[in-house]
Amino acid sequence: MKPILTVDKLSMDFGGLRALDRLDLEINTGEIVALIGPNGAGKSTFFNCITGIYLPTGGDVYLTPPHGRKKIINGLKPNQVTKKGMARTFQNIRLFTEMTVLENIMIGRHCRTKASILGAVFKGPGTIREEKEIVEDSYRILVKIGLADSVNMKATNLPYGAQRRLEIGRALATEPFLLLLDEPAAGMNPMETKELDDLIISLRDEGMAILLIEHDMKLVMSLSSRIYVMDYGKKIAQGTPVEIRNNPKVIKAYLGTEN
Amino acid sequence: MFFVNEIKKSLLISCWFIFLTFPIMVIRINPYEEIVDYRWNNLILVGVGSFILSLVGRAVQRRREKIGQNDTDQTAGSTFRIATKMYVPLVALSVLVICCFPFVFSTYQTNIMTTALIYVVLGLGLNIVVGLAGLLDLGYVAFYAVGAYSYALLNYHFGLGFWTVLPIGAGLGALFGILLGFPVLRLRGDYLAIVTLGFGEIIRLILENWNDFSFGPSGIANIPRPSFFGMEMSLQAATIYIYFLMVGLAVFTVFVVNRLQHSRIGRAWIALREDEIACQAMGIDKTKTKLTAFALGATWAGMMGVVFAAKTTFINPASFTFLESAIILSIVVLGGMGSILGVIIAAFILILLPEYLRAFSDYRMLLFGATMVMMMVFRPQGLVAPRRRCYQFRKTDDPAAGIK
Amino acid sequence: MEYFLELFLGGMTRGSIYALIALGYTMVYGIIGLINFAHGEIYMIGAFTALITASVLTIFGLNPFAILVLAGLAAVVYSSAYGFTIEKVAYKPLRNAPRLSPLISAIGMSIFLQNYVLLAQTSDFMPFPNLIPEFAFMEPWAHIIGSSEIVILAVTAVAMVLLTLLIKFTRIGKAMRATAQDRKMAMLVGVNINRVISVTFIIGSSLAAIGGLLIASHIGQINFYIGFIAGIKAFTAAVLGGIGSIPGAVLGSFVLGWTESFATGYISSDYEDVFAFSLLVLILIFRPAGILGRSESKKV
Repeated sequence: MKPILTVDKLSMDFGGLRALDRLDLEINTGEIVALIGPNGAGKSTFFNCITGIYLPTGGDVYLTPPHGRKKIINGLKPNQVTKKGMARTFQNIRLFTEMTVLENIMIGRHCRTKASILGAVFKGPGTIREEKEIVEDSYRILVKIGLADSVNMKATNLPYGAQRRLEIGRALATEPFLLLLDEPAAGMNPMETKELDDLIISLRDEGMAILLIEHDMKLVMSLSSRIYVMDYGKKIAQGTPVEIRNNPKVIKAYLGTEN
Repeated sequence: MFFVNEIKKSLLISCWFIFLTFPIMVIRINPYEEIVDYRWNNLILVGVGSFILSLVGRAVQRRREKIGQNDTDQTAGSTFRIATKMYVPLVALSVLVICCFPFVFSTYQTNIMTTALIYVVLGLGLNIVVGLAGLLDLGYVAFYAVGAYSYALLNYHFGLGFWTVLPIGAGLGALFGILLGFPVLRLRGDYLAIVTLGFGEIIRLILENWNDFSFGPSGIANIPRPSFFGMEMSLQAATIYIYFLMVGLAVFTVFVVNRLQHSRIGRAWIALREDEIACQAMGIDKTKTKLTAFALGATWAGMMGVVFAAKTTFINPASFTFLESAIILSIVVLGGMGSILGVIIAAFILILLPEYLRAFSDYRMLLFGATMVMMMVFRPQGLVAPRRRCYQFRKTDDPAAGIK
Repeated sequence: MEYFLELFLGGMTRGSIYALIALGYTMVYGIIGLINFAHGEIYMIGAFTALITASVLTIFGLNPFAILVLAGLAAVVYSSAYGFTIEKVAYKPLRNAPRLSPLISAIGMSIFLQNYVLLAQTSDFMPFPNLIPEFAFMEPWAHIIGSSEIVILAVTAVAMVLLTLLIKFTRIGKAMRATAQDRKMAMLVGVNINRVISVTFIIGSSLAAIGGLLIASHIGQINFYIGFIAGIKAFTAAVLGGIGSIPGAVLGSFVLGWTESFATGYISSDYEDVFAFSLLVLILIFRPAGILGRSESKKV
């Protein structure tokens, strides 16, 4: 199996602080991989580096689309990364709060559509068709994430768990083959976590690869096929859930040493 | 008991304002004759005025807090909603008024109406930049000046007519928008505001000082009015002609802005206003999207500049000060950012009110300033809150159910 | 050489005035992250209050030194009162609003105050009495630097020292620094944020009032519009030095003062304001963090 995301010795320095230290990581088609580690280990920084929000100070990131060639993506802007097929959600929810639920998803369709200013003004048959497709595709995604009942609701009025799901839906609308989820279950109640669990599995079954940062260990252990563990910007372990659970280094990072 | 408390507080505030405004409101110096003029009646005016305002302000705030606890969303949407049934007669009535206006009223009135329409279009143009894309542009008037001077100068040097220059002016506006926008659009919101203000002032100062190019502060006179298939027109006919031309351009602008607002690009603008980082993560090119908004806004300003020059037949740099930008901005703020209907209403209120209520005209800029502060504090969504489009789907899993 | 020296000192005088205004911008920006657009108007109101007080007292026939002190006092008191009130009316209700809302409110406030003075007083330039006496010992250098320029430089220097002491060593100074670093955290450890913000506005306004008094006395005339241009230039100076940084504001002010002085002296005086605005635009485009400022990293 060929990896779709290859991260090679990725480093990030903020002034004198080394937030990421030569991190390697690979993700294969259709697998769910988790990235865990204590708070401040550099997980979100890692996401920001590979999605183009930060410019990494060292190392390379490659993306290989299912039917394409391996391409280096560091240095690309966030929107270009998304266009290449890697979409993400944010740790602190960043919805377009004044827009409706459907419109939030429609924004995700932006990079897969192409109506121009002139097209928008003259509204030719092509534009009308495209606009109709945007609405229909977006609605289909809302059905999938279980928010079809709140189409016209303002995003900010959704309950917390639904907002997290809407963020995932918005990322899905960009047609990614790799989805990055930053603490998708944070602040969710057990019911909402269960729904999220089902959603992630259904996405994997459709062939999407998923990389998630998560603190909910039950969710991580049950979902992921492989786990990477970070601490102080370094990778300290990788392996299957069983291997990770019994890794002394991991236990030490989370619980500290006895003495 | 509560009421007594409120009155006490308001009295205190009123005393504070009497103290605050005392030297400037009451004392007036005549420096040449060394006479001091005490205007005590102003003192009473300030005292009573601030007392009433403070009482009213408190009442509004209290009501808002009460409503806010129940549902914040409702207050935003429930205002000024015109029932669909009323819609058709209302539109018909406005069409009738607009068409008859120049034949019923004098040339003077028609001229004022034309000015108001120019501001409607300027407001709608700035609304793209500020209201939709959330880019605070304080130098909008610079593009207006570009349009006006391009007509005046192209006509002076090459004898080009109004209809030829109208698209050229719009194009030059867009070009300047792109040229100025390109370096500054990556700046944070408040810095962008100041840079655009700086650019606006630079352009005005250049027009004022570069005599060889722009004829300096004395400006350019005898700019021809728009021609009608080469016919000479009387002043009255020309006024009516420009009026209808502006009506046409305003309708055109409303049409275009409305289309844009509900298009793929318009949604991207709004998303950009809401959250830049999330917007980029959704695959939207930040720079390109901002630049389109900026350039489109500038296009309209350039176009209106041409009309303005043709209407007044005389321009000089004094017409393009920062205050002009501020007037257009207060139209957008009063109307509601992103609301077409709101901007139209606000432009008419802010331009026509001082014209018809002569007593107001001295206080025009004072009221504009106060409007901006009050709107931000009490009603940030503007007179007419922009409404999101609603979509309706049949309750099946078949999404091809159709769009309303 | 003498011409150079004259321009140098002239630039420094300008710079001092800019510094007195720029400090208000930079302090307010440091604490609440707002470009206080109406700050230039505070300075203008300071100048007007001084003018009115001085004129009334002159008619009463007080001696010039007493007039200078009382006019200065009135300017400081009134400017502070205006600064305090403006914050309460136009900015405080918007503390949690989107970032552009308080800025628009500030622009509105600026326009309001300009027209308030225009309507209540006059649109003409008012002659300002020269309150600063000519010093006899300055006679030999009078062709290079005037007495009022010396006073401006001296007063500015004293004001800077006092401000630095206040911020470094007093309780409120500490609270201000804490609030500037992290408003929420400061609140949690018991800093009274409202008080800190009010004090910041009062200090900034007082400095602007002193600037207004000095420049009006130096130039000899004022009108309602002086605040707008001076405000933008002082803001330029604050950004130039790195907005939020107090030494930065002073440094930026001197750099701007010299730039203007030399550019008008050696190139052309027609474009005096264009130099300042161009500097502003260039700085914001190429080094928005300024000379002494740290670049902000965005948090995601």
